[in-house]
Amino acid sequence: MNNFIQHIILFFSIVYCCSIYSQTINVCKDCPISSLKEAIAIAKDFDTILVKKGTYKEYNIIVDKPLIIIGKNYPVIDGELKGEIITVISDNVTVDGLFIINVGTSYTEDYAAIRIRKSKNFVVQNLVLEKLFFGIYLEKSRNGKVFHNKIIGEAIEEYNSGNGIQLWYCKNIEIEHNFVQHVRDGIYLEFSDDCLIKNNVSAENLRYGLHFMFSNNDIYQDNTFEKNGAGVAVMFSKKIKMLNNTFKENWGTASYGMLLKEINDAEILGNTFEENTIGINIEGSNRIVYKNNNFINNGWAIKVRGACYNNSFVENNFLYNSFDISYNSKVNDNVFDRNYWTNYTGYDLDKDGIGDVPYRPVKLFSYIVNRTPETIILLRSLFIDLIDFSEKVSPVFTPDNLLDNNPLIKRITW
Amino acid sequence: MLKILKYSFFDLMRSRWSYVYFAFYLLLGIVLLFLNNDLSKAVITLMNVIIVLVPLIGTIFGVMYYYNSKEFTELLLAQPLKRSSIFLGQYLGVAISLSMSLILGLGIPFIAYGLFKSNAIWDFSLLLITGIFLTLIFTALAFNIALSNENKIRGFAYAILLWLFLAIIYDGIFLMSLILFEDYPLDKLSLIGTMLNPIDLSRTLILLKLDISALLGYTGAVFKKFFGTNLGLIISFIMLSLWVILPVLRITFKSKKKDF
Amino acid sequence: MVSIENLHKKFNKNVVLNGIDLSIIEGGIFAILGPNGSGKTTLIKSILGMVIPNKGTINVLGENIKNSSHYRHKIDYLPQIANFPSNLKVKELIKMIKDLRSHTNEDQRLIQLFKLAPFLDKKLGNLSGGTKQKVNLVLTFMFDSPLIILDEPTTGLDPIALIRLKDLIQTEKDKGKTILITSHIMSFVEEVSDEIVFILEGQIYFKGSILELKNKTNQSDFEHAIASILTNNHA
Repeated sequence: MNNFIQHIILFFSIVYCCSIYSQTINVCKDCPISSLKEAIAIAKDFDTILVKKGTYKEYNIIVDKPLIIIGKNYPVIDGELKGEIITVISDNVTVDGLFIINVGTSYTEDYAAIRIRKSKNFVVQNLVLEKLFFGIYLEKSRNGKVFHNKIIGEAIEEYNSGNGIQLWYCKNIEIEHNFVQHVRDGIYLEFSDDCLIKNNVSAENLRYGLHFMFSNNDIYQDNTFEKNGAGVAVMFSKKIKMLNNTFKENWGTASYGMLLKEINDAEILGNTFEENTIGINIEGSNRIVYKNNNFINNGWAIKVRGACYNNSFVENNFLYNSFDISYNSKVNDNVFDRNYWTNYTGYDLDKDGIGDVPYRPVKLFSYIVNRTPETIILLRSLFIDLIDFSEKVSPVFTPDNLLDNNPLIKRITW
Repeated sequence: MLKILKYSFFDLMRSRWSYVYFAFYLLLGIVLLFLNNDLSKAVITLMNVIIVLVPLIGTIFGVMYYYNSKEFTELLLAQPLKRSSIFLGQYLGVAISLSMSLILGLGIPFIAYGLFKSNAIWDFSLLLITGIFLTLIFTALAFNIALSNENKIRGFAYAILLWLFLAIIYDGIFLMSLILFEDYPLDKLSLIGTMLNPIDLSRTLILLKLDISALLGYTGAVFKKFFGTNLGLIISFIMLSLWVILPVLRITFKSKKKDF
Repeated sequence: MVSIENLHKKFNKNVVLNGIDLSIIEGGIFAILGPNGSGKTTLIKSILGMVIPNKGTINVLGENIKNSSHYRHKIDYLPQIANFPSNLKVKELIKMIKDLRSHTNEDQRLIQLFKLAPFLDKKLGNLSGGTKQKVNLVLTFMFDSPLIILDEPTTGLDPIALIRLKDLIQTEKDKGKTILITSHIMSFVEEVSDEIVFILEGQIYFKGSILELKNKTNQSDFEHAIASILTNNHA
């Protein structure tokens, strides 16, 4: 008890001291302090630096003490393509409201507009980043927040462009309300656990809108991934929750809404996959629950490329996809149940809302197209319908037990 | 020609087959839209129907009309009229009345359903344009068959064979050859193969609208250019027009040489 | 009026017309006769441009008819089997032919003559053969062309209509028109025609008046004269 009171006293005294002694340092072109670097140099811990409107040509700004850096009316920090612009190496730093441009490009070092290194309790918010290499780079940091930033790159080639928001060995980070476009990977997580990625828009990036590698227990929800080179890739990760995201218009040879590779025990709920060449591309992924997702107008709603066990696809809507499911093997260990398929042509005589004949989502033609891709041009031909029908009656090439035994008659709403 | 067209058209507009054809589409449209309540699905189903049925009806109707109006044609031939005007007039009469049945039969339920307020209007217009092209093409082909065959039964047989070939057999052979030669680059071949069959051509046009996501999954550069840009649409329309123009030219040519 | 030189026509390998030379002067009724398959209809259709000859030239009113359609303004043609579009009404057909050729009021008189008034609103498909033939006659005679070609005009006609037809032909002749007729009814031919053109195996076998034919064959009866040609040639 005594100990507890001591703690409280200590806590209040810190708050008191800091609110009293912390001061605000103004930075502007005509002020005594006219650069961010100077301001940081003279600042004490927990001071606030207020950067006024103007252009500041600075780079290699090291933030080595707990500070709050706030831009008023989006002052421009111009790195003049010379290297990294802001590097945070202290805990408890907030960077807010800056317009950072012209990050240097290098083939040996990943220069970022702002890098947080080995830091805790940081906040990066309301930044606008343009002409960048890497955008916001979090490195071995934890308990931070990346909120409401706008990152607009000009990436043309993969090899000389960087990622919008990159996490490397981080933990417990919230990434919310960011807008990332035209970089290599919109958001990239490597070895980062327990992160929340929410309400972001990642569009028109060269490679992936969102990219997971070796990261576990993360949640991403309510994000929109649109027109990215290849879509969203989730690889070699465990227990990821993917909720209510939208994957749209990822078109191209190796494009998909989402790529799952070596993913176990994930939950994929309430997402919308619309107009992608492939909705979800699955490889070596087990025990995943797919529920209440909408697959609309995709080339292939789901493409299963083998070694996928114990997955369940329940109560999803498959609407107007050219192909619903494609398998490249004859073996099936996944469950399809109670989905709604617009391609279902059965009937419901007993009016219980469930079709009286099972639906077979894998068509012979999808098998043929896997083998000889050019045959795609015969899609929807009467001849193809005929051979699909004969395959439906007696499956030879497609998994025999791959059936939705309870195909729903009406589109599911939730 | 316009006078002949007018008379053939009104003659056909009075025939019960035009009404049957019209009623069929009307019913189909109503069932698809009002019982199913799903515009996109209706458009897809219609596409399947149109691609198969329009050519069939076009050929059968064209051949039938030609043979049935043979004596009438002879009456016209004795009049001071150019042969090409007589046959082109009759051809257009048939093609236009069939197209009217299609447009009105499908158009009425779709408009009643509120097509103009939905964004499916482009898909639907494309569907109708394709249907009209197919009618023009297959009626012309039917007239060609009929002009070349005095024997009515043989003419009908050829007409049905033509349909069967272009609607089903062609695609079968096409598929087989693609699979047989799968080790070679095939994207050009497959596009050419498509161009040579008006049914495949129309199907491609509709695929461009409905299945673009899937089509873009294929690697070939030619494919990509064809389907990824407006090139595919333009070339398809040019080819469809050629498929109308060539048989029509043959009608005029053949009719000039023919004895009655 | 009509002059034909060296006209050849074969259907596949079947030679139908084999070098016909024929010239028909203006005015008068010419009967084109011959056994079945002798090429009568082919000859007529060649004149009308419905059959395209393999060789030879045809001039109608001094104009070569090859690749031309305009000269048919000067011909009224009665086809052999009149099968009209069955959906059309009689009235509409008459109107349509007038629309296609030129305006005339002659049709009213002809309709009265053949008593067609009650049928005007009927569809052609529902008419009897005889009535159809009457419609056919109306369509032919309602225009005032210098050349009239009648292919089996008597088919299906009742005696009254037949008399009307003969009168009609006579009137047209009196106007100075040229009339070509084919018929199997020898009495009819004998009664109306001024001159006979007899075609046999694709060639003109005889051309002249009935009297000349009788003399040539030493038969007093026209029908027998015709028959004797056929038996002599086929024996």
